[in-house]
Amino acid sequence: MSFFDTVRIAFRALLKNKMRAVLTIIGVVIGIAAVTTIVSIGQGASKLVSGEFEALGTNVILVFPGQTRRGGARQSGAPTLTTADADSIGTECPAVLAASPIVGSSGQIIYGNENWNPKQIQGVGQDYLTVRNWELEAGGFFSTSDIESNAKVCVIGQTLIPKLFRTVNPLDEMIRVNNVPFRVIGILGKKGANMVGDDQDDVVLMPHTTVRKRLNGSPLDNVGIIMVSARGTNQMGEAAKQIETLLYERHEIGPSEEPDFSVQDTTEIAATLGIITGTLTLMLSAIAGISLLVGGVGIMNIMLVSVTERTREIGIRMALGARGKDILRQFLIESVVLSCIGGAIGLLLGTGASMCANVLINVYKPGTDWPMVISIPAAVVAMGFAAAVGVFFGYYPARRASKLDPIDALRYE
Amino acid sequence: MALIELDDVRRVYDLGEVKVHALRTVTRQIELGEYIALIGPSGSGKSTLMNTLGCLDRPTHGSYLLDGEEVVTMNRDQRAKIRNKQLGFVFQNFNLLNRTSALENVELPLMYGPRVSARERRDRAMEMLGKVGLADRYHHHPSQLSGGQQQRVAIARALVNRPSILMGDEPTGNLDSRTSREVIELFRELNELQGITVILVTHDQNVARNAKRTLVLRDGEIVEDTVDFQLAKVALEHDPALEE
Ligand SMILES: Nc1ncnc2c1ncn2[C@@H]1O[C@H](COP(=O)(O)OP(=O)(O)O)[C@@H](O)[C@H]1O
Ligand SMILES: [Mg+2]
Repeated sequence: MSFFDTVRIAFRALLKNKMRAVLTIIGVVIGIAAVTTIVSIGQGASKLVSGEFEALGTNVILVFPGQTRRGGARQSGAPTLTTADADSIGTECPAVLAASPIVGSSGQIIYGNENWNPKQIQGVGQDYLTVRNWELEAGGFFSTSDIESNAKVCVIGQTLIPKLFRTVNPLDEMIRVNNVPFRVIGILGKKGANMVGDDQDDVVLMPHTTVRKRLNGSPLDNVGIIMVSARGTNQMGEAAKQIETLLYERHEIGPSEEPDFSVQDTTEIAATLGIITGTLTLMLSAIAGISLLVGGVGIMNIMLVSVTERTREIGIRMALGARGKDILRQFLIESVVLSCIGGAIGLLLGTGASMCANVLINVYKPGTDWPMVISIPAAVVAMGFAAAVGVFFGYYPARRASKLDPIDALRYE
Repeated sequence: MALIELDDVRRVYDLGEVKVHALRTVTRQIELGEYIALIGPSGSGKSTLMNTLGCLDRPTHGSYLLDGEEVVTMNRDQRAKIRNKQLGFVFQNFNLLNRTSALENVELPLMYGPRVSARERRDRAMEMLGKVGLADRYHHHPSQLSGGQQQRVAIARALVNRPSILMGDEPTGNLDSRTSREVIELFRELNELQGITVILVTHDQNVARNAKRTLVLRDGEIVEDTVDFQLAKVALEHDPALEE
């Protein structure tokens, strides 16, 4: 019998019992829909995360202050990193491209009748844009002399333009930050949201000296974080090592002592995040796999019932010349057709579900720009899975049918 | 060489404690173009003999040459091929696939044989339905046809692959006497006009009388083999238990 005829007969047999066919494939539908959704969301997440790290800047290493340790006593929270540390990292470590101190602040910005509380007001060094791999859209960045003189200048992110200036060109306009007047000297290019969905363009950058002295009113020369970029991805480990050695020296920490800082390169964070998303995807896939398995058992069950019900039909076909393998193929294809229909419906539902998830994420976390990933290979794999379920669970019933004795089958009531 | 040569064919059902000798020893030849009725009391082994001849069952002993080929040593697939190509079956309960049109029922044997295009399959099935007088009912399902019509569809199905032998196990058993006469007439025509070998198991004397040769079975043995139906009738009514 030709393959086409076999498929046609399988469809007809299934259509004779539509309700049963529908109930049978629900398991596979759910399984494949779940797999498709999970894979799509998982791939979206990892695409987002990797895009995120690109946006953070290439090859970024973060140096965090730790606890001070003087005379065995631990003073938690006291800042330990200084702008001098940042400068020497930038100049003395060969594997480091650039380094910038970061000093955080917050406050309200007023321009004319408008006001706005940006997510971040940061004091940074001159090389900050190099470290972040960030371009200016217009204007310029502050100079060394601006930093030395605690100049009241700032560079603003894209988000502030519609909030404060509307149609006015912000360059050279004066804004008030916590009542201190600043001149806008530059506008940053668009960066988008970071991996937790925070808008990175909602930012005001100033010289770190200005933030510390004029906004925070701090007499100390310490910084919140030092952001460093290595010369290349393959030099990140090297750069991290050089930074540690340098800071051990500068902070006079003995080899057996605990350091008062920590160095974290972002590939580590990325790897950790990758492991987390990977594990989650794996777990959810396992659940989806179990529902596929259950779906497969459902198909097997119905196929066994079907073989018993159609024993007489099998006998008739055998009497007319059907060989064991004709019968085997007929029932096997029937179960594969069942599972593939389930798979196709599941694929559609899963794609729909991941589209909905995508829309929801982007509505509740605007600016996340969660990417919609519809992967053709994943769809092909999912359909392959469905077909495999059909073959695997359909084989036993089909084989049973093919082994029937023609006379017994014909006599079956 | 005869079309069918049976040599000491025996069929024993081994039921553990008892062995049922359904066929004790059957040695017989059947020529191409014969029209044979198998009669005998219930349980005498008619169906067993028929299933053996039809390659649905295998004897436990002996030799069965069909067209010179030994059937007893064939495997399942080889016997399936013989059933498809050389034999046509008609059953007492018609055995049509329900919820399947007459046309598709008739097409079935063509699906299991050598590749035939869908077009040719349909044409040949329609032609056979025409020959049994049901061309206008080709799209009807078995449940929409009378018993006689269903049996005629079954005959068309049995003949669509142009077999040399048509076999029936009580083909008129479920038909009333009028439709049964129509079906008998069809068998006679097929035998006389087309030279098809016909072998029928029957209880019905009208069917048996129509055949050219009658075999009478009793207790798994052929006790009479005659062209004279009166002799067969005598053998059938003769009860060995009443002897002495
Ligand atoms: N599958 C079987 N298992 C055991 N005994 C059987 C089987 N089929 C037939 N028989 C026995 O073989 C004998 C012949 O049966 P059968 O050929 O059906 O007779 P008939 O068709 O002439 O009525 C009977 O005694 C019957 O009980
Ligand atoms: Mg019988």
